[in-house]
Amino acid sequence: MNTPLPANDLDGQVLAIEPDAGKRKLSTAKAIQEAIAQQMRADDSVFVMGEDVGPYGGIFSSTTGLIEEFGPHRIIDTPISETAFIGTGIGAAVEGMRPIVELMFADFFGVCMDQIYNHMAKIHYESGGNVQVPMVLMTAVGGGYSDGAQHSQSLWGTFAHLPGMKVVVPSNPYDAKGLMTAAIRSNDPVVFMFHKGVMGLGWMKKNKRSIDAVPEESYEVPIGKARVAREGTDVTIVTLSLSVHHSLDVAEKLEQEGISVEVIDLRSLVPLDRDAILASVSKTGRLIVVDEDYQSFGVSGEVIASVVERQPGLLTHVSRVCVPDVPLPYASQLEYGVLPTPARIEAAVRDAVAGRGTS
Amino acid sequence: MTLYPELTDDARREMLRMMVLIRTYEEAILREYHADKSPGFDIGAGLIPGEMHLSAGQEPVAAGLALHLTTDDAMTATHRPHHVAIAKGVRLREMTAEIFGRETGLGRGRGGHMHLFDPETHFSCSGIIAEGLPPALGQAFAFQRRGTDRVAIAVAGEGAANQGAFHESLNLAALWKLPVVFVIEDNDWGISVPRAKSTSVTSNAVRGAAYGMPGIRVEENSVEGVYDAAGEAIARARAGEGPSLIEVHTLRLWGHFEGDAQGYRTDLEGVPGHDPLPTYRNALVARGVITDDDYATMQASAVERVEDAIDFAKGSPVPDPADALKYVFSEGAHS
Repeated sequence: MNTPLPANDLDGQVLAIEPDAGKRKLSTAKAIQEAIAQQMRADDSVFVMGEDVGPYGGIFSSTTGLIEEFGPHRIIDTPISETAFIGTGIGAAVEGMRPIVELMFADFFGVCMDQIYNHMAKIHYESGGNVQVPMVLMTAVGGGYSDGAQHSQSLWGTFAHLPGMKVVVPSNPYDAKGLMTAAIRSNDPVVFMFHKGVMGLGWMKKNKRSIDAVPEESYEVPIGKARVAREGTDVTIVTLSLSVHHSLDVAEKLEQEGISVEVIDLRSLVPLDRDAILASVSKTGRLIVVDEDYQSFGVSGEVIASVVERQPGLLTHVSRVCVPDVPLPYASQLEYGVLPTPARIEAAVRDAVAGRGTS
Repeated sequence: MTLYPELTDDARREMLRMMVLIRTYEEAILREYHADKSPGFDIGAGLIPGEMHLSAGQEPVAAGLALHLTTDDAMTATHRPHHVAIAKGVRLREMTAEIFGRETGLGRGRGGHMHLFDPETHFSCSGIIAEGLPPALGQAFAFQRRGTDRVAIAVAGEGAANQGAFHESLNLAALWKLPVVFVIEDNDWGISVPRAKSTSVTSNAVRGAAYGMPGIRVEENSVEGVYDAAGEAIARARAGEGPSLIEVHTLRLWGHFEGDAQGYRTDLEGVPGHDPLPTYRNALVARGVITDDDYATMQASAVERVEDAIDFAKGSPVPDPADALKYVFSEGAHS
């Protein structure tokens, strides 16, 4: 189990830490389900708890089929009481179990954040390392399908801002399986945030990369390691989640014009792989951060700060493509007016290589 | 026939001994807390900095519960946790060192008096009202899943009964028949707001019925009343029959926190007469369960243990500021 194999990543670049993806293709949702199932077979202290995770299989298919194999004793539907059941996960983790608790939408954190940031994330520190909380909080994020201001937010910056929880944000099936496996095995609380648009759902617009090659065996993608999703020399896009796909699409298009874009998929926000960011911009000197979360006080500013604090003179260009500070609108025309679309990303890249400021 | 141990004179002596130990402890913390905060009062100054919520007057709740519990049972307490921690058997030295913010403390000085965690006795507490209840459910869940008869006791104040976390927790515990006992310490005051101005019912015990669980109110801060109610509820939980709710009408002898002048408090004049410690001592002396000499021995023993803990704390190293980032995570570098 978890034997490291020399292998290719999804774009064919050799990454020694990762096993061979092989030819079998899975959606991100199925990759998550497989990671959970494998860890549940290996460790009977692992269980899943949340709203509609049982026969429904998770509103965004994160737990499809699991109840058939593991039964209602380990795949547990809960009342709509996020404070109570997230707290139950915390207490069970404190006693040595390994809960995977689903918060259906990250937007719902408002009704239960005390358990998350004051308890799940702080108990280890407050106890001076004597009490561990090996728990995964799995949650859906992101917009693009007119679900309005309370069901479309990304919010990862909010979680990443608060100390004591690791935050992972996979963009593709391979990383989703490996990060979920690592999250379940971690002795720290991990917030696992999947974008609905990368799950490969049949009932939502999906990117071609949301169904891709995934190894059958169990493997970990290390938490805290970014990935070079595409190599380039002119400009660096640092991004995560669904925006990785948009950025790759733009990079592929602009390659025809001789513009070489490097795309860094952060994969984890906590810990943040600042070295990977710095390594890329050391090469390109131009940085664009693409983030589906709100622009101000968030991930994009943190990414930029992590460069300028360490090498103030390095960057010749910096810009951001984020959601401006507005609740996500309902009407599709309005929503796509504020999301980090391929068109906005493309414009930002063109500005960067032309030496223009943000358009 | 009761399913729990009968209330014997030995048990009565043990409960009084526990109450004495708790009071002695709180008096010592009170003394140390104020020792270096004058002239004036700087809450962040001194060997014990920060807010301090002491439990004098609420000893009967903890002492009445303790005799029914083993080390393996779990307990979660509130921002006012010392009495519950002591009754659960948390090591006094390490607990005191934590209150003094020392590296030898339960949390190596990272937690403080509202954030005491002791995995050995499965004790924890939370500074957020009612939010210690959900983790207790999880501990009970783990005990249930492992087929044990261990229980979790979730202690909260009467103010907590008006929080959503309380109601979510009661529903879920009852739904899953978790081995939990909810214990409400009704000390009449939510800081400065009397319960009559915060709570729609005169007894929170009636709220158990809303979730299909037994609810009982123990009046007059009676340690023996707590013993009986807790015995039945804990036996029920151990037998797999699900949670119970107990409300104890107790007494906050001192302020909400040290430095609270309690100008709002209309009942203070009569308070000393309701102090449960002399009340119970006198009752046991009158019933011939203890002598005055027995009581003096209990006090001397408590003073010895408490002062040993205070000395241990004061003699312990303070944490190195260079280590302030340690223990955010169990593994991996701090980003």
